[in-house]
Amino acid sequence: MKISTSLTVAATLLATTAFAQDKSVTIASWGGSYQEAQSKALFVPASAATGIAVKEETYGGMSDVRLQVSTGAVTLDIVASGSGSAARAGAEGLLEPLDYNVIDVSTFYPTLKSEFCVGGDVFSTVYAWNTATYGDAGPQSWADFWNVEKFPGKRAYRSKVAGALEPALMADGVAPEDVYTVLDSEAGIERALNKIRELKPNIDVFWGSGAQHAQLMKDGEVDMTTGWNGRFDVAKKDGAKVAYSFNQALLDYDCFAIPKGAPNKDTAMAFLAEISKAEYQDDLPKYITYGPTNKAAFDTGVIDAATAAMLPSSPANAALQLPVSLEWYAKWETIADEMYQSMLTE
Amino acid sequence: MVETNADGLRRDEKLERLALFGLASPALLLVLVIMVIPVGWLFYVSFIGADGHFSFENYERMITQKSYARIFAKTFQVSLLTTGLCILIGYPLAYFMAGLPRHIANLCLITVLLPFWTSLLVRTYAWLVLLQKKGLVNSWAISLGLWDEPIKIVHNMTGTLIGMVHIMLPFLILPVYSAMRAIDRDYLKAASNLGAPPARAFWTVFFPLSTPGLFAGALMVFVLCLGFFVTPAVLGGGRVILVSMKIVSNIELFVNWGAASALGVMLLALTVGILWLASRFLRLEQMTGGGH
Repeated sequence: MKISTSLTVAATLLATTAFAQDKSVTIASWGGSYQEAQSKALFVPASAATGIAVKEETYGGMSDVRLQVSTGAVTLDIVASGSGSAARAGAEGLLEPLDYNVIDVSTFYPTLKSEFCVGGDVFSTVYAWNTATYGDAGPQSWADFWNVEKFPGKRAYRSKVAGALEPALMADGVAPEDVYTVLDSEAGIERALNKIRELKPNIDVFWGSGAQHAQLMKDGEVDMTTGWNGRFDVAKKDGAKVAYSFNQALLDYDCFAIPKGAPNKDTAMAFLAEISKAEYQDDLPKYITYGPTNKAAFDTGVIDAATAAMLPSSPANAALQLPVSLEWYAKWETIADEMYQSMLTE
Repeated sequence: MVETNADGLRRDEKLERLALFGLASPALLLVLVIMVIPVGWLFYVSFIGADGHFSFENYERMITQKSYARIFAKTFQVSLLTTGLCILIGYPLAYFMAGLPRHIANLCLITVLLPFWTSLLVRTYAWLVLLQKKGLVNSWAISLGLWDEPIKIVHNMTGTLIGMVHIMLPFLILPVYSAMRAIDRDYLKAASNLGAPPARAFWTVFFPLSTPGLFAGALMVFVLCLGFFVTPAVLGGGRVILVSMKIVSNIELFVNWGAASALGVMLLALTVGILWLASRFLRLEQMTGGGH
């Protein structure tokens, strides 16, 4: 019985593979509610529209791609990635350059795509506060986040350098548009680190994951933290006393890339072109509060005004924020993170 | 030609050794495949630089960047403190259990081993829930009037040590207990008979006899602590950074595996160094529980 079942399953799998041989892509993402949202809004409808069969996997990030590329055994056609790690992987030669003649990005925010990676959703690194401690009038800038006299209480901050230096410089009085110019030297990075050293006695926890910073706010373990906006919205839905602001937040995006030597490179390119269209991206906020990278998605009428006001990439919210510079991360992240980790051990 | 007894015995002995070797060979092969080759590969990779060529850069980084020294120092500090606390808590408990009738002692042993039946991760997160600001420990202590404000006992060194001691304790208690069980209590009676007060009898007779178990347990706890990851990562709040955590961040950070491999090699070398040092003062087979 058992054997015959598995034979049937195997036969079905073989048949599916054979059927989809000319047009199929394997996509790896981060799993969980995030990938579920991507699947419902993007992958499944785009697959139905194009006839390209989609096989979904979860993966551990660019180190997996590195392993596949370096051993010449690439199985993934499309990977979802953070923009910074995609930029670094691209510079390292792990990704195929994207063909923007195939993928139409004319209505994209210009900063939300790069040579190797096309934006899929927009999220923000924000400061969030406990409304039980500060009420709704919490901190309104990074300077407030640093101001322990005006806002006494315990902070949490990220344990990695990504998204950690820009707030420190803004708190130190650097205008948002000058942040990456100042950071473009070791002295500038050191200036940001010194600002974090100043706050460090008030930082109780250096968080390592989105789940962690959401939990810290839910449990009331800290009064203020940095973090990703979508996680706080979920925590709030679960009853957490948390609010956040987009003012001076870091506008960042997740994107899709094609590993070097992907088995179905051309199909993958066509599939990316499809899921980058406004008609798919406008469905994503139904499942997770991350915004579209394609501006036209706000014009289809699917995203209502109330939802749009909550999204990082709505024009009003985006105007308040500093877009993350991928060039800076490609050039400095390794050096800056070593310096950051060193600061943490002090 | 007459074969002497000695010749026959020698031949038998040779055959037996060969047969034993044959029996052991699957295990030896396994050790070769899953231990020697990977460690050798790790060693090799640690000398590959970012450009893919032979280089000392991964080791140079550990010397030139002060954070590595701090991380190793912190790792040893946490390991030593955990071992020390385990001895302080575990030794008296083992002593108490060794004095109990066997069936009651066995019951106690089961309770010592009980935490082993729960996953490490679950136990670690349980501590997080218990120790946090609004956790059970703080809220009970405040309602009992022990302290007024929630005290900080997690996301720092204190929380890390509480979690690690809890997890490591059975590794200390078991060898100490079995060493104590093997001590002939008549020695203590003899000491008293010769006029030694209980404290003197304990320190001059019982304690020295229990040291092989104590050293075995302490060494095991110490070495396990050196490479520990989950508990300090969760309970340390990102402020207690140990070698194992640095290995993970180096894998994510650097283009090649060398940076992380070099840390692994260094940790291995230090661990072997400590075992060697320990073996100079003690007989190694005693420490691993082989001798008595």
